[in-house]
Amino acid sequence: MSYSVEIKELDLAFGAVKVLQDLDLNINEGEFLVLLGSSGCGKSTLLNCIAGLLEVTDGQIFIKGQNVTWAEPSERGIGMVFQSYALYPQMTVRGNLSFGLKNAKLPKDEIEQRVARAAEILQIGPLLDRKPGALSGGQRQRVAIGRALVRDVDVFLFDEPLSNLDAKLRVDLRIELKRLHNRLQNTIIYVTHDQIEAMTLADRIAVMKGGAIMQLGSPDEIYNKPRNLYVADFIGSPSMNFLEGHLEGGDFKVDDMVMPMTGYDFAAPQTADRPAVIGIRPEHVVTGELVKNAPLQFSVDIDLVEPMGSDTLVYAQLGQHNFRIRMDGQATVKAGETMAVGVDPSRASLFDKATEDRL
Amino acid sequence: MPDIALTGPRGPKPKKRFSRANIFLYGTLIMVSMYYLLPLYVMIVTSLKGMPEIRLGNVFGPPLEVTFEPWVKAWSEACTGLDCTGLSKGFWNSVQILIPSVTLSIAIASLNGYALSHWKFKGSEVFFTILILGAFIPYQTMLYPIVIMLREIGLMGDLWGLVLVHTVFGMPILTLLFRNYFASIPEELFKAARVDGAGFWRIYFQIMLPMALPIFVVAIILQVTGIWNDFLFGVIYTKPATYPMTVQLNNIVNSVQGIKEYNVNMAATLLTGLVPLVIYFASGKLFVRGIAAGAVKG
Repeated sequence: MSYSVEIKELDLAFGAVKVLQDLDLNINEGEFLVLLGSSGCGKSTLLNCIAGLLEVTDGQIFIKGQNVTWAEPSERGIGMVFQSYALYPQMTVRGNLSFGLKNAKLPKDEIEQRVARAAEILQIGPLLDRKPGALSGGQRQRVAIGRALVRDVDVFLFDEPLSNLDAKLRVDLRIELKRLHNRLQNTIIYVTHDQIEAMTLADRIAVMKGGAIMQLGSPDEIYNKPRNLYVADFIGSPSMNFLEGHLEGGDFKVDDMVMPMTGYDFAAPQTADRPAVIGIRPEHVVTGELVKNAPLQFSVDIDLVEPMGSDTLVYAQLGQHNFRIRMDGQATVKAGETMAVGVDPSRASLFDKATEDRL
Repeated sequence: MPDIALTGPRGPKPKKRFSRANIFLYGTLIMVSMYYLLPLYVMIVTSLKGMPEIRLGNVFGPPLEVTFEPWVKAWSEACTGLDCTGLSKGFWNSVQILIPSVTLSIAIASLNGYALSHWKFKGSEVFFTILILGAFIPYQTMLYPIVIMLREIGLMGDLWGLVLVHTVFGMPILTLLFRNYFASIPEELFKAARVDGAGFWRIYFQIMLPMALPIFVVAIILQVTGIWNDFLFGVIYTKPATYPMTVQLNNIVNSVQGIKEYNVNMAATLLTGLVPLVIYFASGKLFVRGIAAGAVKG
């Protein structure tokens, strides 16, 4: 299978500061890949390198099999959508959409045809003769997407396109983006710091930190089998509970508790005992009737209860450790109570304390 | 029943015209503007009087007999040394210096600013720093070296020599002005244009220029008034045939032969000051419109 975008041993340094280091990434034809990470992790930088807006220090970039490492942005066969929309304020929507096509010296009727098609897909036909100043945020972002669409390219680059929109619009446009991808089947590389966007949109997610990819995998893998502590902590809200202890003969020991890790899918057979960290997602902790079926059972002291409507967040103490539990919205627990909880070790994650890698 | 809390009080807000604060405020404003306007008034009335009336010594009195003769004389007959053609020649010299100087300096500086903010190259920051340092070097230290340079390239005494000097000396401050303005234009806009296949010039002319109207107006005001009012460079780098208006004004006003024609001097000064004045009034409106037109928030 041919890759749509291939990145080989990419390095980028600003002076002595290395922003990207030895980065390899292959993106399949028609794939929706999300680059996810907190600010400063290099995700936007990587996108700018792919777009050709930043000169790489070392390494190569291929798009559709062509080496484009040193090609101009417009010659790479990419369309890009920016966080701030970046519409040309003095031009009408039509002018914005056709600017790139005019630069490429396309015939007039071809330009009109493409603009009309993009306007139809994005439902911005009535706005074509308006200026960006007269559009709402959501409309502006549609026009910005349209500007990428008219270029008729195989790869779309999105740089946090929804971050400037208000919460409700963000959800609407997110769904629309997914529909658009299903319809057009282009390759999309999408940068975001919003894990919900990443989980809902992506075919695969690349979690980045410090200019390197921490884990590349499907949303399901990233969520259920985080490869290291960073990914485990970064993905999920509220974040995972971590308990430090020891792995001894297949059992995880924390304080005076022993958790037999039966059913846990170890990455490699564990022979030596070692300090380890167990990660348990708050939503994987069972309560009430379900506890007696859980392989691991213990009780916690409730500190604080946050009812959120759809579910209830419980902040509790497990021995000396903080322990968060996500319960049903109808839960009727109160602070100060002691509650029995259950955990299935096969859904937990174990990490080596020293290397922070998944065991 | 109408609720007073909902409808609120109606009618215009009651004003107290002669409150103590108002009297103090307007009193101060009137005093200050008198201070600045009085010399202008004296100049205008004096320029409209004949010499006999001026000799009466009533400086503040309005002209008993309005005459435009001093204006005509200042424009076309006043003498500087042996040359008795008035200010008119100086005016046209100044226009010939002004237009290319302003156009050239702004064209180059806006390109500089654009390149330094969006097309950074290795050493561009150093280049910019050096350029800005130029703004702090006193002109006096450079006067003579420039004389030599102009002489060597054969432009000493030529109008184009002065144009070159004005263009060069306008560069630091104008580049700073344009660079800061272009730097405030979002980088993503520039990136989007590059993805759209626009190069250096197309981005400059089609994206940046239309957004930079306000700063162009500011630059034009700065340059027109600066270059028109320049005396030092004019007197040094030109010769009598190419003297700009300010130098000629000085020569008329300071000529020691014969009687001092105060009315002609006043008229000549007013004539010389007219161009910057017109620029202020004309561009003030453009300036505001430019700012309003450029305002598109993200």
